[in-house]
Amino acid sequence: MRKRLFGLLLVCCMVVLSLAACKKANDEKFYIGGIGPLTEGAAVYGTHVYWGAQIAVDEINEAGGINGALIEFKFEDDVHDPEKAVNAYNSLKDWGMKILMGTVTTKPCIAVAEETKADNMFQLTPSGSSPDCIKYDNAFQVCFTDPNQGSASAKYIGEKGLASKIAVIYNSSDSYSSGIYETFAKEAENQPFEIVAAEAFTDDNKSDFSVQLQKAKEAGAELVFLPIYAQEASLLLTQAEARDYKPIFFGCDGLDGILTIENFDTSLAEGVMLLTPFAADATDEKTQSFVKKFKDAHGEIPNQFAADAYDAIYIIKAAIEKAGVKPDMSISDMCDKLVKVMTEISVDGLTGAGMTWEATGEVNKAPMAVVIKDGTYVSAE
Amino acid sequence: MRFISYLIDGIRLGSVYSIIALGYTMVYGIAKMLNFAHGDVIMVGGFVIFTVMSTWGLSPVLAVILAIIVCTVLGVTIERIAYRPLRKATSLAVLITAIGVSYLLQNLALLIFGANIKSFTSVFSIAPLRLAGGKLSISGETLITIVSCIVIMIGLTLFVNRSKTGRAMIAVSEDKDAAVLMGVNVNKTIAITFAIGSALAAIASVLQFSSIPSISATSGAMPGIKAFIAAVFGGIGSIPGAMIGGILLGVIEILGRRYISMELSDAIVFLILIIVLLVKPTGILGKKYHEKV
Amino acid sequence: MTETWRKFSKSTRINTITVGIIILIYVLCQIMISAGMMSYLMKGLLMQFCYYGILAVSLNLTVGILGELSLGHAGFMCIGAFTSAFFSKYMVDIIKNTFLRFSLAIIIGAVSAAVFGVIIGVVVLRVRGDYLAIVTLAFGEIVKNVINALHIGFDSRGFHIALEAGKLELLEGGRMIIDGSQGIIGTPRDSTFTIGVIFLILTYIIIANLINSRSGRAIMAIRDNRIAAESVGIDITKFKILAFTISATLAGVAGVIYSHNITTLESSKFGYNMSIMILVFVVLGGIGNIRGSMIAAVILTLLPEYLRFLKNYRMLIYAVVLIVMMIFNWSPACINWRKEHSIKGAVCRLTKKISKTKKEA
Repeated sequence: MRKRLFGLLLVCCMVVLSLAACKKANDEKFYIGGIGPLTEGAAVYGTHVYWGAQIAVDEINEAGGINGALIEFKFEDDVHDPEKAVNAYNSLKDWGMKILMGTVTTKPCIAVAEETKADNMFQLTPSGSSPDCIKYDNAFQVCFTDPNQGSASAKYIGEKGLASKIAVIYNSSDSYSSGIYETFAKEAENQPFEIVAAEAFTDDNKSDFSVQLQKAKEAGAELVFLPIYAQEASLLLTQAEARDYKPIFFGCDGLDGILTIENFDTSLAEGVMLLTPFAADATDEKTQSFVKKFKDAHGEIPNQFAADAYDAIYIIKAAIEKAGVKPDMSISDMCDKLVKVMTEISVDGLTGAGMTWEATGEVNKAPMAVVIKDGTYVSAE
Repeated sequence: MRFISYLIDGIRLGSVYSIIALGYTMVYGIAKMLNFAHGDVIMVGGFVIFTVMSTWGLSPVLAVILAIIVCTVLGVTIERIAYRPLRKATSLAVLITAIGVSYLLQNLALLIFGANIKSFTSVFSIAPLRLAGGKLSISGETLITIVSCIVIMIGLTLFVNRSKTGRAMIAVSEDKDAAVLMGVNVNKTIAITFAIGSALAAIASVLQFSSIPSISATSGAMPGIKAFIAAVFGGIGSIPGAMIGGILLGVIEILGRRYISMELSDAIVFLILIIVLLVKPTGILGKKYHEKV
Repeated sequence: MTETWRKFSKSTRINTITVGIIILIYVLCQIMISAGMMSYLMKGLLMQFCYYGILAVSLNLTVGILGELSLGHAGFMCIGAFTSAFFSKYMVDIIKNTFLRFSLAIIIGAVSAAVFGVIIGVVVLRVRGDYLAIVTLAFGEIVKNVINALHIGFDSRGFHIALEAGKLELLEGGRMIIDGSQGIIGTPRDSTFTIGVIFLILTYIIIANLINSRSGRAIMAIRDNRIAAESVGIDITKFKILAFTISATLAGVAGVIYSHNITTLESSKFGYNMSIMILVFVVLGGIGNIRGSMIAAVILTLLPEYLRFLKNYRMLIYAVVLIVMMIFNWSPACINWRKEHSIKGAVCRLTKKISKTKKEA
């Protein structure tokens, strides 16, 4: 009995000690926080965002910072879970965060958006693609929203007359994937093609596509639309090859990075088309320098998430410069000023030239259709 | 013809489940514990093959042998360090420890190999078998999987029933105390069981990852859980039960995905499991246990 | 004063002290929040302590008191969370009074979880031991998968239910409530720390009273020896279902508090990993020890947050800590070692020795 009481008291002490209030943040630096999954299933996205953003931060700090103030950047793990994302957000606030670059995945992003709204903190998500991520005024996106991508893909396929019978294979437990599918299906009604098969898979079964491919093949689909990520797509292509099924494969930005998947036979991706704002093997100087830095530091080729994050930091920089924000301002003042200038700035980044923003938080940038030829991306035009 | 090709897919998946389920069933039968880390041993086996074949560029045969050795050693080590101290503790404590080991293996793999899903080069290079004028094609991996499942099942049944060690296993599973009195070294027998179970996990990893073909730190978890269910399905502790349970599970899953609903296929599998257990509370081939008063 | 205190039974005294400590902590926290001394992280975590505490205590009823291993506790939580969030999101414009809306939400979540508790309770009667663990695990996964495929929306014609998003033909002005894998977004944020603490205390009182009641003793008798319990006329069916239903109901309440705290809800959160996490709270806190469950829930919720500085090694260290704690707590060798080296044991031995020498003298 006494022991148990002692235990309870111990917890009391632990809790009380842990409350030891927050450090006062340094007022001479910009405290930018990032949130994303660094462990478990979705870790690849968070890790790349973290690394991509870190490169941008280092570049800016080496060049003397923003208006002479350096950036302090900290990235916290949310395990792709809304609850943990809110914890990470609170923990970053204790650290002194004033601007949030995150979160990486959509679901946690929506949960955190409620928090930033309550605190009136400026939030720029590199890759949270649902419209719900930016439903409040203080939140902006670097990537396209899902509805945009879905309808743009359907329009592109329709205009170019790529096929008349189309199958879709999507991940129904992922909001990115199902979001694109839904708008694609809606837009398809206005287009001169027919969706003959729409096959879903879930996160628990994302390695075996035999049934989905078989059904698409039986339905006679000439083009398979894949609003999924590169990892899953690489498996799907391998399994399609094993089944002698060779339609046109068409994907969205999630498919970027498919050529760089370790050990993947890139000849299988030959002829795959995708709408994407970023391609790691683009030849412009900016992309090449970024890819080189990324590869030197981490031994991996950056995916689109890394590029979005890199751009996000530069977008924040541009907004800060334009708004004349000082590091010692309060979170809310900073947010108000940044939100105001977001619709006025234009940024040239890795994922698009001349990016501008709507007041809703959506980005305007041109999706680029590319096709994979001889192991590299070539413009499809 | 289409139905047959789905059926064969189901049997392929089921065969893999069977082999993993054997590991669960044997360990459960003898140590009376649910080894939740078993699925992650499969993942470790897969990564060994991946490293040997793709990173070092050595031959597939060597990769498979090395995977079996590493998994066996790993299985025995886990048993020695984490489970043996808890042999006399409540089964729940052992269960949680097994879960801890599972987290440990997953996070180790995450740290060593990174979060990216790796594309896995198939260990086999066998041309697909075409039947019925090319209408039905069965991949080489499928053939190998089904054949090795049958071979393992026969071999294991013979081993358990005929060899001295196998009989010792039966003795320990029937009555640990009596087995000790008969001169059976219980610790050694349990260690051997873990060794065999983990070696089977390595073989399962070859088959599973060659046909998927990809691997990541969490790719052992789901097949592990499914195989566990297969083991219960067939009656936990029974070797033919694991085979029947595994194949049934695989076939139901694939046919459910095709003819009912892609998203609900798991729910269907679980629902059938509950119904089976309601009708036969100890699984299809499970022994009925009598309670002593 | 002391005399009236002594008149209470031992268990009443312990329970009063425990509730008192919870209230004390609550008051302390409130003071710190109003003084601005509490970190943001802690403020956010306080809610989580409450609902994980409720979950751990309620699972302890099944695992510790009834003695059945359940791996599907998150399923009940999921049902409570989704039904109540569904209600709140639908009613957000109709019932403006937050208190009334949230009270109804709690009732709805609790009742629907209880219904499933009864169903699973009936199944529990058929299977036993590890087979029961599988049935509950399967139940949790079914709930997760079905909700993941479920789309419910409403428009002027009423509610529409479909298993595919495209099939849900909503009219103009219609609203999607449960959107398959995307779950429920935008549940009103009705639950507060105070409500969480109230329900934590309620849960504690319910379970503590149950244990000390006639029913509780019957349930424990079933756990210790089913056949003996049956032979003295204890109605096994009734008490097993009773225990399961109470446990499920409380988990449902925890789900309600969860869904009204984190405003996005997805069913994939409630898989077997979550069930196992709650089970870890129970086992680490001591099977059958309800105070221990609460303490373990708090410590294990705090631990990953405090290990953040370890970066990628965080979950690795967490796993190692888990294994070591289990071995330290449960291994017979470690228990002996602890007995030999504990202060209490040393004192005992010393007094024994003294009395022995006295006798000899």
